[in-house]
Amino acid sequence: MKHLLSVTDLDAAAATGLLDTSDRLRQALLGREVRKLPTLRGRTVVTMFYEDSTRTRVSFEVAGKWMSADTVNVSAKGSSVSKGESLRDTAATLAAMGADCVIIRHPASGAAHRLAHWAERDAAAGAVGPTGEGTTTAVVNAGDGTHEHPTQALLDAATLRDRLGGIAGRRVGIVGDVLHSRVARSNVLLLATLGAEVVLVAPPTLLPVGVDQWPCRVSSELDAELPSLDAVMMLRVQAERMHGSFFPSAREYAIGYGLSEERAALLRDHAVVLHPGPMVRGMEIAPAVADSAASVILAQVRNGVHVRMAVLYHLLAGAPQ
Amino acid sequence: MAENRRGDSAGASPPARELLTAADVTRTIARIAHQIIEKTAGAEDLVLIGIPTRGTVLARRLATAIGEFAGTAPAVGSVDPTLYRDDLRRRPARALEDTAVPEGGVDDKLVVLVDDVLMSGRTVRAALDALGDHGRPSAVQLAVLVDRGHRELPIRADYVGKNVPTSRGEQILVLLREIDGRDGVQLGRGNAS
Amino acid sequence: MNLLIRGARPYDEDPIDIVVRDGVVAEIGSGLETPEGAETIDADGRVLLPGFVDLHTHLREPGGEESETIATGSAAAALGGFTAIFAMPNTDPVADTEVVVEHVRRRGEQAGLVDVHPVGAVTVGLEGTKLAELGSMARSPAQVRMFSDDGRCVHDPLIMRRALEYATALHVVIAQHAEDPRLTAGAQAHEGVVASRLGLAGWPATAEETIVARDCALAREAGARLHVCHVSSARTVEVLRAAKAAGVRVSAEVTPHHLLLTDGRLTSYDPVNKVNPPLRTAADTQAMREALAEGVIDIVATDHAPHAAQYKDTEWAAARHGMLGLQTALSVLVHTMVEPGLLDWHGVARVLSERPAEIVGLPDQGRPIAVGEPATFALVDPEEVWTVRGTKLASRAANTPYEGMRLPATVVATVLRGRIIARDGQVVA
Repeated sequence: MKHLLSVTDLDAAAATGLLDTSDRLRQALLGREVRKLPTLRGRTVVTMFYEDSTRTRVSFEVAGKWMSADTVNVSAKGSSVSKGESLRDTAATLAAMGADCVIIRHPASGAAHRLAHWAERDAAAGAVGPTGEGTTTAVVNAGDGTHEHPTQALLDAATLRDRLGGIAGRRVGIVGDVLHSRVARSNVLLLATLGAEVVLVAPPTLLPVGVDQWPCRVSSELDAELPSLDAVMMLRVQAERMHGSFFPSAREYAIGYGLSEERAALLRDHAVVLHPGPMVRGMEIAPAVADSAASVILAQVRNGVHVRMAVLYHLLAGAPQ
Repeated sequence: MAENRRGDSAGASPPARELLTAADVTRTIARIAHQIIEKTAGAEDLVLIGIPTRGTVLARRLATAIGEFAGTAPAVGSVDPTLYRDDLRRRPARALEDTAVPEGGVDDKLVVLVDDVLMSGRTVRAALDALGDHGRPSAVQLAVLVDRGHRELPIRADYVGKNVPTSRGEQILVLLREIDGRDGVQLGRGNAS
Repeated sequence: MNLLIRGARPYDEDPIDIVVRDGVVAEIGSGLETPEGAETIDADGRVLLPGFVDLHTHLREPGGEESETIATGSAAAALGGFTAIFAMPNTDPVADTEVVVEHVRRRGEQAGLVDVHPVGAVTVGLEGTKLAELGSMARSPAQVRMFSDDGRCVHDPLIMRRALEYATALHVVIAQHAEDPRLTAGAQAHEGVVASRLGLAGWPATAEETIVARDCALAREAGARLHVCHVSSARTVEVLRAAKAAGVRVSAEVTPHHLLLTDGRLTSYDPVNKVNPPLRTAADTQAMREALAEGVIDIVATDHAPHAAQYKDTEWAAARHGMLGLQTALSVLVHTMVEPGLLDWHGVARVLSERPAEIVGLPDQGRPIAVGEPATFALVDPEEVWTVRGTKLASRAANTPYEGMRLPATVVATVLRGRIIARDGQVVA
């Protein structure tokens, strides 16, 4: 594994392998006095976040540190980026400075792909990389625009696997602003790879043209879908991405697509509720539901660190590809 | 993704020579169990930690045998040394194995590490480091089914089932019923284990 | 300018010799003698066509010289078989007055290769609110014959109506970049399954067809001529077919890239594929080919859009729209239309030369190959295959989507009024 840009980089075996590694890492850390593994000692991991995010960035930072890597955080504000340095030049600079891995979050879809492309092109041209001439920096996509967020999908899958005992054959509903959601895209693809049945529920204005060709079903009727689901994932309705008129009001959205307590009661006893965070309590999810026994939201966060450790392990611990 | 310790030599190389039969393996394990009982003088703080995969199976069998002979079986667990190996960068990232430290931990315990084959000593060194991050045993000892020589570090086993001098080109194959369907130890040509 | 072309096959017909005197075809026959002081081109059975006319080129000068200049763009044109190019006005400053169009015309003359005809803006500054001085530009020495706000759509229906009406008295044509900006706000890629998977905001085909339908209605009412730039969607073709059947005086162009490339190329997020209008689906490219063969789409126009590396070597959202086109146009046309038998060489002459010249009323381009006509030709080797390398093209920029592709047909020589302006892959100063 050279980069993690999209969940489509992983087939079922590779994805399952990552989840297994994540489990084993969690086991290895249990009950320890020294909650640190030496495996990535001497590796430098740089997080480059062009969008505000505390939870994902901290999760990656903790993951790197628990593997003994040196982690460095770059945020777009206050770095040379805000002075107009291009994404390309920033990346090349970090590679020349010895970053073995760059974890990027960026508002442009495809930013991680381009970063990986430039890294490989520079290495092929003999540029100085992290461990010498011609070596490549590994790129991890921590969320690119509205395209994908692979580690989120992996930690969601890890959480589902734990709570449901498996993923194949399970029914998962994803509800909310699918059009603008990179979490939705990654989850649909990864869950399909792992054999789950996915249904997307959203108002028609928040479903992308072409969604009928995605490996999932589509519905506008949340109440009808809930009773048959093993898991329901609520997406935040992302106000900052909208240019207007996707639904008339927050109130109407919550009435039609929010997971209220009444709606949550339609779920079967074993079914779980997920949310990638941050939540808007009262909008897409009722506070009582977010805090209920069916909610695995905190487990998602915990799994996030182990999953990200597993990703870093598979990218950086073995022989350079 | 798991590294194939057996290598793929089975089809190409000459048939392996049987060093220990199934009965030999059972007897050897029983002997090691007695030796542990004797040397640890019935310590109540005894913990057996296997190095996956076959070391864990052996540790469980030893614990059962010790339980039969001494009346109480020691706690059993496993520690995967993969994350502490010194040669990770030489091959693609390996799959990880189980780590399960027994309830009660390893602090102030007498830990006997158990593995099937001892050769360079690097795996044991990694297991010691892994163990050390879980706690501080009062002492650590090592039990192996086969010692095939070629040490690269100053590590020796306290309990050895069988000493088998080998050349580097040869391979020791340990078979255990729980994993391989039968018990036995074989000597063959192929990748060093 | 005197010239002998020996053994050329006009429109792929029987071979002939052509004697040119003073820039005009003087004799056509066989075994003809070289006139005094004349150059000779041994055509050796290659195909002779009237010089190509591109109604849609971006030369970037003034203001964008890091990407292209009138001189480098002219060179690319000549090497591509073009003898006349129409330079779009989205320069800096915008070509919305006679001063700027005059400047462009003069710079084209100084480059001394192809005929550079400036296109004037429809509205001041391309802002879409106030008509530019169309009359002054039309009557200037630049003789502007076509007006466009290309890059932007003339969105306000009232402004578009007034422009069409006003144009009728000037005998010029208004060329619309059909894109409803309200439907394409923030759009990045054709609205379809590819964009949905890539997380790129969708660019609906309806943004194009609704403007075309509206403008056809406005043109009909005004009795005006309308030209539609770079048609990209099958649905627009249907609108055009109906409008033409109803007698609307509308002409339309398609780019070479919209005949060949689809949004499947976007998966690498390489911005060399980012263009306005966007690459659409295989069904759309097929519809473009059929419409061009049928004549519902009248011509091929390159929409040659050079961009320096810093504008393209970025993340997708930050990259500028556009691709090079002048030197690959013929090859792509041959690959997509001639090789599958949708167009013969007469058809190539029609869509690349005759019909464009007719649309803008150019008297001395797109003429038949006959005695008395200007000796303005492109000599083409239909068999030769070449590999496209962006850095080897004459444009200042290298943003060609065909990088590394092997394409058929090369331009062996380009002649403008009897003077050889390009030969064997080199411009002739």
